[in-house]
Amino acid sequence: MELVLFYISSAVALFATVFALTRSNAAHALIYLIVSLLAVAVIFFLLGAPFAAALEIVIYAGAIMVLFVFVIMMLNLGEEGEERERQRMHPAVWIGPALLSAILLVEMIIVLSKMSDQQTGALITAKQVGISLFGPYVLAVEIASMLLLAGLVGAYHVGRRFRLSEPDDQSAVVSGDDKQGGD
Amino acid sequence: MSEGMTILFAISVMLAAVGGAAVLTWFERRLLGLWQDRYGPNRLGPAGILQVVADMLKLLTKHDWTPPFADRWVFIFAPTAIVVAMLLGFAVVPFGPGLHIIDVNIGLLFFIGMTSLAVYSVLLGGLASNNKYALLGGLRSAAQMVSYEVFMGLSLMGVVMLTGSFSMQDIVEAQRGGWFCVSQFLGLFVFVIAAIAESHRLPFDLPEAEHELTAGFHTEYSGMKFAMFMLGEYLGLILVSCMITTLFFGGWLAPFGMTWLPPIVWFSIKTFLIICFFVLLRAAIPRPRYDQLMSLGWKVMLPLTLLNLVVTGAVALWMQGA
Repeated sequence: MELVLFYISSAVALFATVFALTRSNAAHALIYLIVSLLAVAVIFFLLGAPFAAALEIVIYAGAIMVLFVFVIMMLNLGEEGEERERQRMHPAVWIGPALLSAILLVEMIIVLSKMSDQQTGALITAKQVGISLFGPYVLAVEIASMLLLAGLVGAYHVGRRFRLSEPDDQSAVVSGDDKQGGD
Repeated sequence: MSEGMTILFAISVMLAAVGGAAVLTWFERRLLGLWQDRYGPNRLGPAGILQVVADMLKLLTKHDWTPPFADRWVFIFAPTAIVVAMLLGFAVVPFGPGLHIIDVNIGLLFFIGMTSLAVYSVLLGGLASNNKYALLGGLRSAAQMVSYEVFMGLSLMGVVMLTGSFSMQDIVEAQRGGWFCVSQFLGLFVFVIAAIAESHRLPFDLPEAEHELTAGFHTEYSGMKFAMFMLGEYLGLILVSCMITTLFFGGWLAPFGMTWLPPIVWFSIKTFLIICFFVLLRAAIPRPRYDQLMSLGWKVMLPLTLLNLVVTGAVALWMQGA
């Protein structure tokens, strides 16, 4: 039963990812990517890691991808963007990366076929994740938090308002984005 | 419960939730009428309750129009997402002792995950409509929901700390000594506000603010698709009220030892009162400006939540040591 569910969700994840890569409409590609993340969450759940599955949904599918959709809405590329993307996705562009990743795929199949059946089947609870995060892996957590802090400071720098001339001149107050002219 | 019983129970919960949401459309208007000193829909049937049927017939028979300029499949998919996500959220609600569809050890996270997936409905609806008002509404909702999601999750962590589990039944059991609405007062305060913002109801319905955005993200929607958005919104209201009952008001536990009513009745009474409270908020509070909403979130709510976390953590450690 679990094996069947595993293969179904893996197939969903694979197809969704392939579609996410090949769609020329950015919004459709993102929906496929979200489906792929949900399928991966199901796989995590089947492997006995419900906490990782929940975080996959809450953080990846529920927060990070929302920001991606947000950016796409802001840019609002429309038909011409789709056309440009279609030109860019010319089959010739695919050959190089596809060949290189095919090598990796062969390697992975060899490695996996040599590995014995290592499915532990043990359930990993939220408590265990927490204990190992703030126990043996506390350094990694700290490094990640520093990275996030750096990102926050960067975002603050980009988004802050600064004055060009006299403080009483209303029109001189522009956001950092306007001054740099964006992309 | 056996497997067959669980499936039967799941179906009945689904029907009750959808039916409740339908009746709520009428009930809310009557209650708003009461508080605003007017009648509300009172013509059809006893106290106007048949208004629900009339509305449903109207929505079902309306021309279900998909605009030719819209992104067709995304446009159709968007309203279903919110209904599915909200209905799935009911799976972890404990209605009584042992009376739940599933009781997983990540119950609370499951609820947070489902509410965060419901955001896509509004986002994709706004994006697929290919209409500037819809797009602006969708953009607003994306910013609003992502921000409020952060401390909606964080505000519940105090409850998790005191319980030591993400399982909803464990959380209810942990409140036998006293409901969390007392010890987690800040958490409750932040969660209620974040929940209104998440379900984008008045006063925080900026994604669909009528006076500036026509109807926001559902400007182009009509007929059944529009009804799906409304159904999702009311389901969200019921779900959030169930969650507040479970997490902060003792779930199915009887207050003051009044156990002569069965647990599920207590659960329903509490949930009903919280729904009434949400309707009262809608009747009483005007809509803030968009930037006010965002700065309230990041400058007031987030610090409050973090303060609550630090204090709860310190007290929990101190209690453990004592």
